[in-house]
Amino acid sequence: MQTEVVFAGFGGQGVMLAGMVLAETGMNLDKEVVWLPSYGPEMRGGTANCTVIIADEPIASPIILHPRDAAVMNRPSLEKFCPSLRPGGFAVVNKSLIPVDPEREDITVVNVEANKIAIEAGSGKAANMVMLGAYVGATEVVPFDALVETAKKVLQKKPKLVPVNMKCLDQGYGIGQAARA
Amino acid sequence: MAKVLMKGNEAIAEAAVRAGGLCYFCYPITPQSEVAEYLSRRMPEVGGTFLQGESEVAVSNMLYGAAGAGVRAWSTSSSPGISLMMEALSYIAASELPTVVVNIVRTGPGLGGILPSQGDYLQAVKGGGHGDYRCLVYAPSSVQEAVELMPLAFDRADRYRNPVIVLGDGMIGQMMEPVEFREHEFPPLPPKDWATDGCKGRKPNIVNSLYLDPVKEEELNQRLAAKYERMKQNEVMYEEYMTDRPYEVLLVAYGTTARVCKTAIKKLAEDRIGAALLRPITLFPFPSARLYELAKPVKFLMSVEMSCGQMVEDVELGVRCEKPVYFYGRQGGLVPTPEEVVDQVKKRLGKGA
Repeated sequence: MQTEVVFAGFGGQGVMLAGMVLAETGMNLDKEVVWLPSYGPEMRGGTANCTVIIADEPIASPIILHPRDAAVMNRPSLEKFCPSLRPGGFAVVNKSLIPVDPEREDITVVNVEANKIAIEAGSGKAANMVMLGAYVGATEVVPFDALVETAKKVLQKKPKLVPVNMKCLDQGYGIGQAARA
Repeated sequence: MAKVLMKGNEAIAEAAVRAGGLCYFCYPITPQSEVAEYLSRRMPEVGGTFLQGESEVAVSNMLYGAAGAGVRAWSTSSSPGISLMMEALSYIAASELPTVVVNIVRTGPGLGGILPSQGDYLQAVKGGGHGDYRCLVYAPSSVQEAVELMPLAFDRADRYRNPVIVLGDGMIGQMMEPVEFREHEFPPLPPKDWATDGCKGRKPNIVNSLYLDPVKEEELNQRLAAKYERMKQNEVMYEEYMTDRPYEVLLVAYGTTARVCKTAIKKLAEDRIGAALLRPITLFPFPSARLYELAKPVKFLMSVEMSCGQMVEDVELGVRCEKPVYFYGRQGGLVPTPEEVVDQVKKRLGKGA
């Protein structure tokens, strides 16, 4: 079993961190994981994405042309990645910033107002955690409690940020779960 | 110790520190600058030396000096920076000094781009600098393997008194994977009684690569040649994939592209096409003897690379030109996909794509 997901958005939206938390959760569960960033002459405001692969077997190619899933935080990312997803995959779409829908009938779309939820929870910067929570809620690729535990560990150097991030993960998770039903 | 999720560049840095590579010189260049970033924090913690030189030329000559003084000195860079180091690397080889240089290869020629490439194969494997010398070359294919190869690289550099190159690519440097740092045990090394580390109470040691006497120079050349022969006898490393069942195609690939080939082989198996992989871990010495054995049942071999086919000639030599050797590769920072490799194999088998 191998799951691939692309987290994509503007630089600064925290897609790299969201992917890292997911990858680290997989590692803590003794899964095989790869976190692969897009890298280039990029900066805040530019596009950024990372691919996370979680598998039971050793991961051969880290380069995935057609990932199963995507979590897209802005419109260019939706346009870039949603057409290439495999049938049966999941697309978590940040409806706060993306006015359009993926034109796909063969994937599960999870709409989430990530920025709105994050702002209401106390920090717009935690929109990435809403996305991550929604992704895990929809796919159950890792158990939610393992995700929460890893996120707390990653954030332990900034304890003030923990409550808002946990709230965001939790709310996202609920939306993902609802989409799954 | 437990696994940690680390970027290849950072893992290489930590592995080197644990292997006693406590003297690190560098000049930043994408896609390997995280090594320097990491060590700028880490070296002060372990009492090591972190020094950013004014250029790669300076850095490589610092390596020459520090290695001559008998310390475990090493550096990392990427393709254009490595080219600047080639003069000193030739001097280091001629002076029979140990050093480790990690090349996280980017595209070229020239300044190129910052995306992954395997275009420095020939430079690493066939010499690179001037004169009659070779480097031992390791090519990791995962972050964990990079971590395993660093202590080996330092040990072999000391044992052979020769530069060792660890040839990664942008993907290996930038990718995060779980790693575990294990203890490595090596047999004791001979004392560095050649080092210029203070000559109070003994005769001075001299580190030199100038030989105006042709007889003495020839002695050095032959001593080096014998050393490279010993490497060929003792240091060949490779991984085989799916060679324990029938196959009609042998892929040869190293580093990141070897992983792409593994996925391609799985996909080919779904179509009942038997393919196997030989992944050289040492690029010099090349696993020629094993390649020859593994090629016996196949219709053809295919070298898969992120270059225009730099490894093809070594594959052809390995199979003694007895079987066709095809090439598939991408350049410019593009990575071959498993789907492309599958198509290429099918095309060569006449099975269409």
